[in-house]
Amino acid sequence: MSVAVADARIATVSPASAERGRQARRVRRWKSVGAAGIAVLLLIWTLVPIYNIVMVALESKGDVFTNTIWPDAPSLDSFWIVITQGYWYLEHFWEQFGNSLYIGVGTVFFTLAIGSLASFAIGRMRIRYGWLLSNAALLTYVIPASFLAIPFYRIMQIYGLTDNLWSVIAAEVTFATPYAIFIFHQYGVSIPIELDEAARIDGASPGQVYWKIYLPLMAPALVAVGTYALLLAWNEYLYQFLLLSSKESMSVPVALAQFFNSDEAPWNYMMATAIVYSIPPVAIYYTFRRRMAAGLTMGGVKG
Amino acid sequence: MSSVTETRALDFKAGEHPPGRRLQRPEVAWALAFLAPYLAVFAAFVVYPVGHGLWLARDPALYAELFADQRYLRTVVNTVLFVGLGVNLMMFAAVLLSGLFVRREWWVRALLAVYLLCWALPAVPAFVSFHWMLIGEQGLINGLLRELFGIEGPIWFNDGWLALGCNIVAYIWKWMPFWTVVFVAGRMAIPQEIYEAAAVDGATGVRRFLHVVFPLLANLYLVCTLLATLWTVGDFNTVYLVSIGAPARSSEVLATLGFHYAFDAAQPALGIAAAMSALPLVVPVALVLMRRLQAGAVQL
Repeated sequence: MSVAVADARIATVSPASAERGRQARRVRRWKSVGAAGIAVLLLIWTLVPIYNIVMVALESKGDVFTNTIWPDAPSLDSFWIVITQGYWYLEHFWEQFGNSLYIGVGTVFFTLAIGSLASFAIGRMRIRYGWLLSNAALLTYVIPASFLAIPFYRIMQIYGLTDNLWSVIAAEVTFATPYAIFIFHQYGVSIPIELDEAARIDGASPGQVYWKIYLPLMAPALVAVGTYALLLAWNEYLYQFLLLSSKESMSVPVALAQFFNSDEAPWNYMMATAIVYSIPPVAIYYTFRRRMAAGLTMGGVKG
Repeated sequence: MSSVTETRALDFKAGEHPPGRRLQRPEVAWALAFLAPYLAVFAAFVVYPVGHGLWLARDPALYAELFADQRYLRTVVNTVLFVGLGVNLMMFAAVLLSGLFVRREWWVRALLAVYLLCWALPAVPAFVSFHWMLIGEQGLINGLLRELFGIEGPIWFNDGWLALGCNIVAYIWKWMPFWTVVFVAGRMAIPQEIYEAAAVDGATGVRRFLHVVFPLLANLYLVCTLLATLWTVGDFNTVYLVSIGAPARSSEVLATLGFHYAFDAAQPALGIAAAMSALPLVVPVALVLMRRLQAGAVQL
């Protein structure tokens, strides 16, 4: 196939090749200029809001704005205030950070556990009506989560879980599991089913097959989905805002948005908090980028 | 060629039972045990809330009340614009940009790493930054306009349409990198021979994009657009944090208006009804999307 293509190219290039070559070079130069132009625009587009966060965080006074595009006396004081919880709005900062972490870790654990168990039963044990379950999961996956927020809040009241971190973990797991099942199912197809059957013939129970064969082989998909679930929990705002109300049980994004309600506006502290909060996901993101990309191409969807 | 059959094998197709294979009785118990956690989550946190919501919003009078509310009508227009403009501009820009990011130069890779910051940054800090950047005279954008061009920028959140525009831009900023990465993966999967054959036939540049790349990506593009539509209809964070519905709730979308009815106006049933009123749009899109996903339309 590729040999034929190469032959054809030689045949077509030979006549008037000098003129063609010059034209091609000109086109290539214009393309490079165009690409560079787009790159510069894209860089500005990306960095302006990020620059804004950094600039405000470096302001030394939060309530007075100097109206410039660079603070008069840039300082790192606001970061120090955030880290030492030196402002009444931030007095529970590390506790709230811990809450965010708790929610994130809980979401990852339960998403992976529930998702892998269900996908094993549907994809490997091939139960009847498995398609019905994967359809139900798919429907949960495509329907916007915010439409469920109000009834979800009422249900949590009925369950007696308001202002409890577990209610948020339940919400995040509910919306992350369908994606997990989707990805695990797709990834699992590439693992030969004969492995399971051989183990079964050797007397392994389905539980052993799951634990000793399925899970180890699924490691790349587990990492991809785990990262996804962690970032989902770290990014999510609506459910955390609805379900967590006291200062001690709040997560960081909820506390961040609370700054909007205050009369005095310590914006520099707010932006410094935002930066501290953003560091873990950005670090995780860049560490697991390639694996995340693998997960994306498998599902072709969602980040 | 073999890569194509491999991706075919990855189709998300449920219920491919090999004929004649049935679970033994002890296996059924295991399977049920494995499924129990998911079934419990699904029943407790999907079926019950959905049922409860439908039951709360069952009264037709609620919908009459909604349609009588001037703000609701404006909100529907806003939602259509937010979703229609936001999704289509974003997907089109993303598919074009993916053409840049398939290049292999070092600076393209560096640019991609920077560009992905938008996606890696949590939503709340990002949108709070947008809010503060556009807050009028004090914001960075108007500061820049004044310093660089000597123009007095508008007060962005004083006009419903401008505020809506700001929301759309912020939404695109946050989510475009994600879709760009998806399309980059899609383009990478196109075999190099196809480009070479197209070049032989004289299809380069715009013509190559129109007649070669786009038809090959069309399926992926459609699935992604449908998915993005659903997620954008349900997007709460952007409007709630960037324009906060200002001025006077004229830049709300259905997701935030429903929330406002339920929690600020203490009318939860009306809030659910506002969200339910988007179902005629959401359900058909969801059904088409599900069919596509099941048919393995997302082969990359």
